[in-house]
Amino acid sequence: MAHVDASEKQEMGVGARFIAFISSVFLAVIIPLIAFAVIYAGFIFLRDSNAPKWVITLVAIVWGVGGIAVLYWVFNGLVERLPPAWTARLQPFVFVGPALAILVWYLALPTARTFWLSLHDRNADAFVGLANYSAIFTERVMREAFRNNLMWIIFGSTFSVLFGLLVATLADRSRWERVSKTFIFLPMAISFVGAGVIWNFIYEVRPVTVPQIGLLNAIVVALGGTPKPWYAWTDIIPWNNLFLIVIVVWLQAGFSMVLFSAALKGIPSELMEAGRVDGASEIQIYFRIMLPYIRGTIITVWTTIVIFTLKIFDVVWVMTGGQFGTEVIATQFFRQSFVARNSGFGSAIAIILLLAVIPVMIYNLRQFREQEAF
Amino acid sequence: MSSYHGTSSKGRLRRIFDSTAVRLTVLFIVFMWTLPTAGMLVSSFRAPIDIRTSGWWTVFLPPYSLSQWTLENYQNVITADGMGAAFINSFIVTIPATVIPITIAAFAAYAFAWMKFRGRDLLFALVVAMLVVPLQMALIPVLRLYTGLDLNGTFLGVWLAHTGFGLPLAIFLFYGYISLLPRELFESAWIDGASHYTAFTRLVLPLSVPAIASFAIFQFLWVWNDLLVALVFLGTNPEVTIVTSRLAAMVGTKGQDWHLLTAGAFVSMVVPLIIFLALQRYFVRGLLAGSVKG
Repeated sequence: MAHVDASEKQEMGVGARFIAFISSVFLAVIIPLIAFAVIYAGFIFLRDSNAPKWVITLVAIVWGVGGIAVLYWVFNGLVERLPPAWTARLQPFVFVGPALAILVWYLALPTARTFWLSLHDRNADAFVGLANYSAIFTERVMREAFRNNLMWIIFGSTFSVLFGLLVATLADRSRWERVSKTFIFLPMAISFVGAGVIWNFIYEVRPVTVPQIGLLNAIVVALGGTPKPWYAWTDIIPWNNLFLIVIVVWLQAGFSMVLFSAALKGIPSELMEAGRVDGASEIQIYFRIMLPYIRGTIITVWTTIVIFTLKIFDVVWVMTGGQFGTEVIATQFFRQSFVARNSGFGSAIAIILLLAVIPVMIYNLRQFREQEAF
Repeated sequence: MSSYHGTSSKGRLRRIFDSTAVRLTVLFIVFMWTLPTAGMLVSSFRAPIDIRTSGWWTVFLPPYSLSQWTLENYQNVITADGMGAAFINSFIVTIPATVIPITIAAFAAYAFAWMKFRGRDLLFALVVAMLVVPLQMALIPVLRLYTGLDLNGTFLGVWLAHTGFGLPLAIFLFYGYISLLPRELFESAWIDGASHYTAFTRLVLPLSVPAIASFAIFQFLWVWNDLLVALVFLGTNPEVTIVTSRLAAMVGTKGQDWHLLTAGAFVSMVVPLIIFLALQRYFVRGLLAGSVKG
């Protein structure tokens, strides 16, 4: 295209060329200005408007979706008007620029800022060095949070992996594979808050004298036991955490099931045939051939759930708010940062969380690359 | 998947027994997995007094009176408890918070995959590094920035926050997909004089629909179901609050009003469930490609 432009320009007179130059400069300045003005007006409108809700909704969606597309279109148009060498040099940054700007603004800089805040006192006024960190490792409630997170990691990931593996193995052999998998998978679409309500209802406890409306206590009473408060059962701390962990296993088993099911289906059938010819039983084939073959997937699923449980927040926040000895790192972070307004302590907790996640995540990513996703 | 070779009658008997046992086990697990949601759904249609005095499973015992069912809980929760307004707000938050990161990430992924520029590898490493950052890291600093920009409690603020937190995964996924498109495709387009922009909009975007759909479902479900980001950046002001924060607030204030909580929970779940059931195929594909929020 550039060649065509150049040859056309040679045929034009000086005046025409001048006008073309002026108009292209004009366009290059005016179009972005108009684009920015429209986007800025939309921004102000959305931020301050009292218009009816449906108007705001519509503007919001058009602005949010269209505005971004317009920005790319305008900037790209600008860059493509430059000499080809400059186009080649600048165009990549038009493409990656917005993404990088947002990443830096929302993740990279905040991480640095959180670290800086973690070295300061509650209002970010005075430098306190590592005092927040030493407080983290000495305060009783933080030690409780670490203990509980450890329970979440161990039991949450193990149960999710085992259950997913069991269901994937069994469902693949059953006739209603698809339907049964959908049912197990379904909780993945449910929010933690919704799951919290669902399970609160199951764990509901009533006085001994009235009928139980919570399923679990109804079963216990029907079997001749006394109703228990389950996750609020302070006598068995820390094991009452298991009643919260069950919820996440219920939500996440579908995830591990899907990954395991795909992995099991990917095992070459010759491998199993060879085992059968050698006289191995189905059980031996399963444990000696199939499981080792999908080892990579097992590790990926396991590490993913470990990361997930390290950051567990919503379930605990909705179910107990951290009472009854169920505090975890993320709920402490939220409480310190947004309830107690101690930004120094809260930030230090976030940094600890980051440090805990990094090694698992690196391991996880490396596993994923080996498996050549997609 | 498995081809049994046993032809003797003993083998056949065992096979029947095995498959029956497997089926019963699967049926039992499916039953256990569905029971919690079923209980909630049944309860949400029962009168408050019934929920309080008898277990939901008693509706499966006689007498089967039709008069025990009611829609009143839904009426109450949608109007008086603001679930209706929150439902609309959830859409306002979720749709742009899904589309914006897709647009931005697709452009970036194309550039990382098919454009040559200085610092490309370094910048891509930065994107991957951001995958490990838990969003908790960003909450306090971004909240402070937002206070300065007057963005707290606005939809705009929450869209951009979700965009920021979703971008690393989106770029990572789209890069994985776009970089594997055949090179000849691009070369012939470039020879024909197509610019990068044209190649991107005419070739890459249409071809990337599967990857985009996978991520879109993920981001949609994630944003719709999110509580933390909504709590921090939108708060509980009824003008802007979304279903999850509304429901969480109800759990706090009306913990014993099961007729409202169960109906409210179902209102908050209905959209994700529909999306999920309709687009399960893409969801599964996304999971297999590593769509798990870091």
